[in-house]
Amino acid sequence: MHFLKSRGFVHPLASHITPRSAYLTRRAWLTAMGAASAATALPLAARTAAPGKLAPLPGSKSAVAGAMTMDKLTPYDDISTYNNFYEFGTDKSDPARQARSLRTRPWTVSVEGEVKKPGSFDLDSLLKLAPMEERIYRMRCVEGWSMVIPWVGFSLSELVKRVEPTGNAKFVQFVTLADKAQMPGLSSSVLDWPYVEGLRMDEAMHPLTLLAFGLYGEVMPNQNGAPLRLVVPWKYGFKSGKSLVKIRFVEKQPKTSWEAAAPSEYGFYSNVNPKVDHPRWSQATERRIGEGTLLTKKRPTLMFNGYEAQVGQLYAGMDLQKFY
Amino acid sequence: MNRWLLHAAAKPLLFLLLFLPWALLLWGAMNDSLGANPAETLIRSTGDWTLRMLCLTLTVTPMRQLTGLSGLARMRRMLGLFAFFYALTHFLCFAWLDMGLDLQSIVADIPKRPFILVGSAALLLMLPLALTSFNGAIKALGAKRWQTLHRAVYGVVLLGLLHFFWMRSAKNDLAEVGVYALVVAALLLWRLARVWRDRQRIARHG
Repeated sequence: MHFLKSRGFVHPLASHITPRSAYLTRRAWLTAMGAASAATALPLAARTAAPGKLAPLPGSKSAVAGAMTMDKLTPYDDISTYNNFYEFGTDKSDPARQARSLRTRPWTVSVEGEVKKPGSFDLDSLLKLAPMEERIYRMRCVEGWSMVIPWVGFSLSELVKRVEPTGNAKFVQFVTLADKAQMPGLSSSVLDWPYVEGLRMDEAMHPLTLLAFGLYGEVMPNQNGAPLRLVVPWKYGFKSGKSLVKIRFVEKQPKTSWEAAAPSEYGFYSNVNPKVDHPRWSQATERRIGEGTLLTKKRPTLMFNGYEAQVGQLYAGMDLQKFY
Repeated sequence: MNRWLLHAAAKPLLFLLLFLPWALLLWGAMNDSLGANPAETLIRSTGDWTLRMLCLTLTVTPMRQLTGLSGLARMRRMLGLFAFFYALTHFLCFAWLDMGLDLQSIVADIPKRPFILVGSAALLLMLPLALTSFNGAIKALGAKRWQTLHRAVYGVVLLGLLHFFWMRSAKNDLAEVGVYALVVAALLLWRLARVWRDRQRIARHG
């Protein structure tokens, strides 16, 4: 270089060559790396940094098999602005805008039907029912996109055990809030309100089936189903009812909202299955939200959304083409 | 008004106006400002714009007849070509962003899914119209034959509407489809009414 200088060449500073935006990203990246290494040093602490938008709700790393996928997390902004929550409008950007009107306190969930100890649980008692865990699940929407979400909550089975289901309890029905005063979407007849979903008893008792109260180490954003929702990671997203108000234990398989609306398109089980197409599109691949660029190839969809090792035995011997 | 329509700048201005949504989508795609699922935004928006352009194209003649603004007729070809341009972009977005340009799966998908079949049929039907849109083609075909061929646009808009309806059919959420259906119905009924009136006149006057 010195011979260049000797000819009168003024060597530029590094900061003059590298654009400001580039070296600022580099710093953010280094900070992120620092945070990541701190997270690995504390194996029991949650892996995620809270976005600082809502009240904190920490959870310790879950020990449930399959509950901590190593897939890259979907950014909080995507998770909280791209939602299917028809009670607040059918456009995916509607819930983030309209769900502000949702009042999440006081909130009670009534548990009824085939149980020895039916009752009404208020939110505070539910929050204290079992230790909060962070669970990083893949979420696959029936529409062909997916996210990776760090939920906070505990296994639904914790609640089920406390209410002592009777021998007649074969299915669990989940009823979600339908309050016209708070939910502008209810004025349209997209679906029959309230939105109802259901699980078979063994599915409800599976440790991966989560009663979630938050995400990214904070309480649940309204648009994601505050104050509490179900998360069943091996089924299409619509099986995971939001803003639950009633859990009913029943003997017969309950009819779900989407089954009632379009029986040829949606079945009771709705397990993620790349081999069973939706009538209007293929389910073989999915677009991971927030991953790569516009031209990034879609990912292959995994059987049971990648939870086959954990849940495959629940469906042993069942014809999944028929029970879709 | 008609003087403005005949002004030399009228067509370039309209061109820019009709190109604007496309340019904004491209800008959004390049700056990653199309939301969490930009591929879906692009596919849906280009589909919406195709239907809007088709409706605008079909508005030209009734508007000209209602207002007597003959200058409107100059805009019809450009509107029709823009409808084709948006439809083509719509298909390319689907083929590229959704199907990864995998020709085999695109071909397999078309007959398997009625709504994609109907959409593809509409695009194919637009192709001969776009190809014969220049003045030379009118001369070569003869005005009468050319006009008969270009009546296929009614088929295109009906197929496009069916494509949109089918896409939304599972949800009981047909308000948006309903708006397009009403506009298209009004535009087609206007034409039917005129044909019927002309026949009556001919019958009366022998």
